[in-house]
Amino acid sequence: MSLLSLDAPGKEVLLMGNEAMARGAIEAGVRVAAAYPGNPSSEIIGSLADVAADLGIYVEWSVNEKVALEVAAAAAASGLNALVAMKQNGLNVAADFLLNLNLTGILGGLVLVVCDDPSGISSTNEQDTRIYAKLADLPLFEPGTFDEAKDMIKEAFALSRKIGTVCILRSVTRISHARGNVTLGPIPREKIKPFFDPNVRLMALPGAPSHVLVHQRLKQAQEMFESSRFNVYQGPETPELLLITCGAGYLFSQEAISLLGLANRVGLLKIGTTWPLPERMILGLLAKTSRALFVEEVDPVLENNIKELYADNNSRLPRIEFLGKKSGHVPDVGELSPGLVIQVLGKIMEAPWRPGNEERSRLAADTLQRFAPQRSLAFCAGCPHRASFWAIKNALALDGRHGILFGDIGCYSLAVLPTGFSQSKTLHAMGSGMGMASGFGVLDRLGSEQPSLAVCGDSTFYHAVIPALINGVHHSSNFLLIVLDNSATAMTGFQPHPGSPVNAAGLPAKPLLIEDICQSLGVKTVIHDPFDVSGTSLVLWELLQQKGPRVLILRQQCALVRGKKEGQRYRVSVDSRKCMGEECGCSRLCTRVFRCPGLRWNASTGKAEVDEAICTGCGVCADICPAGAIQKERQST
Amino acid sequence: MKDPYNVVITGVGGQGNVLASLLVGAVLVDKGYKVTIGETYGASQRGGSVMSHVRISRARQYGPLIPPGLADLVIALEPAEAARVLAQYGSEETVCVVNTRPVHPVDVISGNMEYPSLDALFQRIERLSQTAYMVGATEKALELGNPILSNIILIGAVCGLGLFPINTDDIEKAVRTYLSPDRVEMNRMAFLAGKQLAAGLNHCQN
Repeated sequence: MSLLSLDAPGKEVLLMGNEAMARGAIEAGVRVAAAYPGNPSSEIIGSLADVAADLGIYVEWSVNEKVALEVAAAAAASGLNALVAMKQNGLNVAADFLLNLNLTGILGGLVLVVCDDPSGISSTNEQDTRIYAKLADLPLFEPGTFDEAKDMIKEAFALSRKIGTVCILRSVTRISHARGNVTLGPIPREKIKPFFDPNVRLMALPGAPSHVLVHQRLKQAQEMFESSRFNVYQGPETPELLLITCGAGYLFSQEAISLLGLANRVGLLKIGTTWPLPERMILGLLAKTSRALFVEEVDPVLENNIKELYADNNSRLPRIEFLGKKSGHVPDVGELSPGLVIQVLGKIMEAPWRPGNEERSRLAADTLQRFAPQRSLAFCAGCPHRASFWAIKNALALDGRHGILFGDIGCYSLAVLPTGFSQSKTLHAMGSGMGMASGFGVLDRLGSEQPSLAVCGDSTFYHAVIPALINGVHHSSNFLLIVLDNSATAMTGFQPHPGSPVNAAGLPAKPLLIEDICQSLGVKTVIHDPFDVSGTSLVLWELLQQKGPRVLILRQQCALVRGKKEGQRYRVSVDSRKCMGEECGCSRLCTRVFRCPGLRWNASTGKAEVDEAICTGCGVCADICPAGAIQKERQST
Repeated sequence: MKDPYNVVITGVGGQGNVLASLLVGAVLVDKGYKVTIGETYGASQRGGSVMSHVRISRARQYGPLIPPGLADLVIALEPAEAARVLAQYGSEETVCVVNTRPVHPVDVISGNMEYPSLDALFQRIERLSQTAYMVGATEKALELGNPILSNIILIGAVCGLGLFPINTDDIEKAVRTYLSPDRVEMNRMAFLAGKQLAAGLNHCQN
């Protein structure tokens, strides 16, 4: 039984921030939820999908973020409460629709959750969503705790319905992917019937006549935010320093003040409604201090907006020294940590914390250097991508014309690194690999002789590759698109996609096969199993010798799914009599070059061996060993 | 338990440290504690250094990351990760429980880097902590038929050492709620095996 649908008001349970938001939506009576998966946002819709049937909610993994927002907007236009979730990069995809939806407003309730990834822990960038709220003139919430994550979603739905616009909730990794106590509230049982009133028009018209209304709605939101319970001040009446924070910065700052013993000197202002700002509340606190410090992730958004507010009101306010990213006191990139906040605050307030034990610091530094070897990003043991990129490497080397492989977003992004033999040469946005390959593939008309290749995953294919593929076909570009089809949105937790036979709720759905789509465009399409490494290299080489648009689908299930479903395909071992080690002349091909984590180099015997706690039994390394020392034995499953 | 009691569960991606922290946290929330868990993991599903910070308090909800030097207990599914975490989050007061089986990083597999000698590594772990308990959790898990059970075996050992107020019934209930009823028996077995390992442990105290 899922805690998300537990009807036990008042009970405290442990929920991930993303689950807390999903629970908030349930308590707000959400009826439709849509998303494209992306960390750190994936569990919001994922956990709703688990209880969708029980609670009568329609949940879908949409083809991309823009469509997810459109699906949710249709529900909201029909009077329902709808939730849409995405990661920060996804908002760029949805932004075109969002920046028109803000003008038309909505009828029901629509909450857009965007989970930012400060430090880009599982992202290519660390863009700050809050700038979109200002750009689109939309109300913005930022939770600082897990309970708040739930309650803010409810509040955002209430506000959305009241003033008739989309509300944005911005989370960050340390809220979304952390867990904490959440007190459950009641689950509403009444279900309204969706109805789109035919007398209503939701139109963004040329000349922007609705822009005035957008500003009026924002003004209404601001008035309500002035007394919001999510904006809290804790501290002395006239603090020496006013620490202004939001999001994950809140709990870090609270602990830093307490550990440094500064509760009588530093005031803590936590803002939960970060756009539009609760101006009167902030001005009231600014009047009582002479120094303010901003602690926020990632961009100086609060910092800039509050400084703007101060400038507008400076004739009535004391002289204030503002400290933050602009002053150089807080790093202007990357995520916050308690250690960082303690260090920043301690320095500003001249309040030392735990005077360092020099011997311990030396020992720690020595330990990190000598006893904690770095763990570079790598494909999992048994990952089909390792085999695919091995074949691509061989085929490109054999071809010899310096073919360029344009990379894309997914686990296989790692192919820019040694784990994918550094084969991908670019990495930008979803679908950009195919778009660039389409462009590179027409440069032969200008004298280029290099083959153009793109790689993408199955989910990415549907998300954003299809328009780029059509572009390439229409313009007779010369390219080879390699689709690494591992039958799942693997990087974000195996969500189904339009090629899957099931939907988010696990019910049957119509699978749209990649080969059918490519063939319908008249593109030559070949399917191969990347675990047949030499066969794949040959097919790739042959395709490279041809002209026009070509697609190769390398189909093999993700090792993590395969392992769970069918266990180990082979029992793999190294025959130590056949492995000649350094004497072989292969230069340790299996470990030095192929470098699957399931293999180990035993320095004392000078031979390779298999780590049975890690090997997933794909058997590919057996085909790579030139001495035939790696043995694979079929397992009955 | 000290308040807050700060625990780091660390290991290599794929060893199940997230699940271990979830089960521990769920049991303690049920017992009336405020628990916050922060996860740190990279972009890869497998093979990277991973940590769960578990913060336990009767009084309030702490932030999802432990300040440097304030870990009270380090539970490590991999010995080099134990050293890494002790260097950053440990102090002379820190107790640690360590699975002795190394997982070689790809840079070691490829020969670009060396894995420290196990004897020296264990000595360093002992020097960095107040008390270090070494547990052969992976070997026990392979004996039980699945290396993924190492995490629950290690949690069993921690509970057997009296470092968490958690018993077999608690773990069973948490597995039933958060995983699935058909995985209860396997995990109960692993938890008990860990407790038994704890009973026979010699530890090194500084």
